Amino acid sequence: MSELRDAYDVAVVGAGPAGLAAATVCARAGLATLLFDEQPAPGGQIYRSITTTPLKRATILGADYCAGTALAQNFLASGAQYVPGATVWNLTREREIGVSVAGSARLLTAGRVILATGALERPFPIPGWTLPGVMTAGAGQILLKSSGLIPEGRTVIAGCGPLLWLIAWQYLNAGARIDAILETVKGDGAASWRHAAAFATSPYLLKGLRMMLAVRRRVRVVSKVTALRAEGRDRVEAVAYRTARETEQRLPVDNLFLHQGVVPNVNLAMAAGIEHRWDDAQLCFAPALDADGGSAIPGIAIAGDGAGIAGAEAAQARGMLAGLAAVRALRPNAAVLEDVNAVRARLARFTRGRAFLDVYYQPAPQFRRPARDTLVCRCEEVTAGQIVDTVALGCTGTNQMKAFLRCGMGPCQGRECGLTVTELIAQARGVAQQEVGYYRLRPPVKPITLGELAGLPKNEAALRSVARG
Amino acid sequence: MFRRLPDVDGTMIEVIIDGRSTRVRAGDTVAAALISAGVLASRAADVSGAPRAPYCMMGVCFECLVTVDGVGNRQGCLLPVKSGMRIDTQHGKREVGR
Repeated sequence: MSELRDAYDVAVVGAGPAGLAAATVCARAGLATLLFDEQPAPGGQIYRSITTTPLKRATILGADYCAGTALAQNFLASGAQYVPGATVWNLTREREIGVSVAGSARLLTAGRVILATGALERPFPIPGWTLPGVMTAGAGQILLKSSGLIPEGRTVIAGCGPLLWLIAWQYLNAGARIDAILETVKGDGAASWRHAAAFATSPYLLKGLRMMLAVRRRVRVVSKVTALRAEGRDRVEAVAYRTARETEQRLPVDNLFLHQGVVPNVNLAMAAGIEHRWDDAQLCFAPALDADGGSAIPGIAIAGDGAGIAGAEAAQARGMLAGLAAVRALRPNAAVLEDVNAVRARLARFTRGRAFLDVYYQPAPQFRRPARDTLVCRCEEVTAGQIVDTVALGCTGTNQMKAFLRCGMGPCQGRECGLTVTELIAQARGVAQQEVGYYRLRPPVKPITLGELAGLPKNEAALRSVARG
Repeated sequence: MFRRLPDVDGTMIEVIIDGRSTRVRAGDTVAAALISAGVLASRAADVSGAPRAPYCMMGVCFECLVTVDGVGNRQGCLLPVKSGMRIDTQHGKREVGR
């Protein structure tokens, strides 16, 4: 990592649509811009492997995926310094960044930091979700985009959300077999139809309907699934499900894909001290930000789905807005190509009617707060029942509970259990999720070795702080 | 269980998975390579020892933790394969120094 400088004008974390757009705006305006990304190639998850995909047929992933090519190319030509394979494990209020690349760690500072760490799939705790052969639908999509791999054998996709239909559609385009889609949408439409008029003008409506119809023509769809269980000994062998009308049914499977929407990836932003609040529509924690993505901490902004779920097009617009705000702050006289008002209009267009999707695809309570015997914390293997029982022992929050159960203290650092834990404790106490809060996240937000920490370049002050006498 | 689409770009390289020489696609991550090679479980859960396999493929779940060239607990989904790479699935108790 010898080419890294000690200080930059702008540091961007994440190479999805928001991060690429933000870095491109800043670099084009002449700011010394650096972009760190964990993946080996740009694109984030929505445009994953956009410059490296081995798929030859563009028709498999569709035109919306291919739109990421221009975004990546503009970024690569922008003059921004791009560091792939980089894990950012710390960000301080003073905008000092701790990062590891290829096993060696560095600290550096930036005048502005734009976090574009995106979204992750919402935890989907059902019995058996840890069995080999069960993975998220997003994981299946990544294997298709990055490696040209498709499921073989009996395949079921279960859950809800727009992404579920996109993945099913892409799998069918690729020639994969899908035996059934088990849709967990609640179907108590009243709440969501209030937002239907706004969604009727969304650019996503027609696309989404076309895609759903294309999938429904070719795949058996079971609607209003109310219970799910993955079964098997050393790997998944069957999925059991119930609907309101039917007794329990069982489908033999080799692959089970789970998905119930995406939520902001909060770890780095929360550890930096950015305030997050519970979002009652999206059922997750989202950061408190101004119109340009700026947080209450001077110089730190969040762009893209990490600022609240809105999709790839909105992420790109929000990345541009955060980038433009950085340019205004650091180099007010710089010439920029992008017109702020045009970008805001674009953001408004692509977020129109979003509330409809949020409410219509809200995961059902039983899939957010599972039954007692279901594993919630995959790493430390803690069940929902154990978590709820700590409330009776006097645990009012997520952090006290950790000390009893180690729940959330494994390698994933709560990413696969945090929201479930908040919701379980809130229900057991009869209070709102906001009152319970989330895990207190601290650096390092990704595991690093002691060797990496010890190998950090040392300055005089650091040496003095550990010297005796 | 996954299979590779027939019309996919890529050259194959050799890596060593649990001591066995295996051909994988250059450009794949370690986790994708394990899946394409039919390896069912990438690790055993720390508490119960139950088998686990890559779950999220995007650096979130840590189920794809494997030992790569002797270094333990690497996130297989973030690491591209390299020719001659030694990949060991993680079973049993952790050993000091790995």
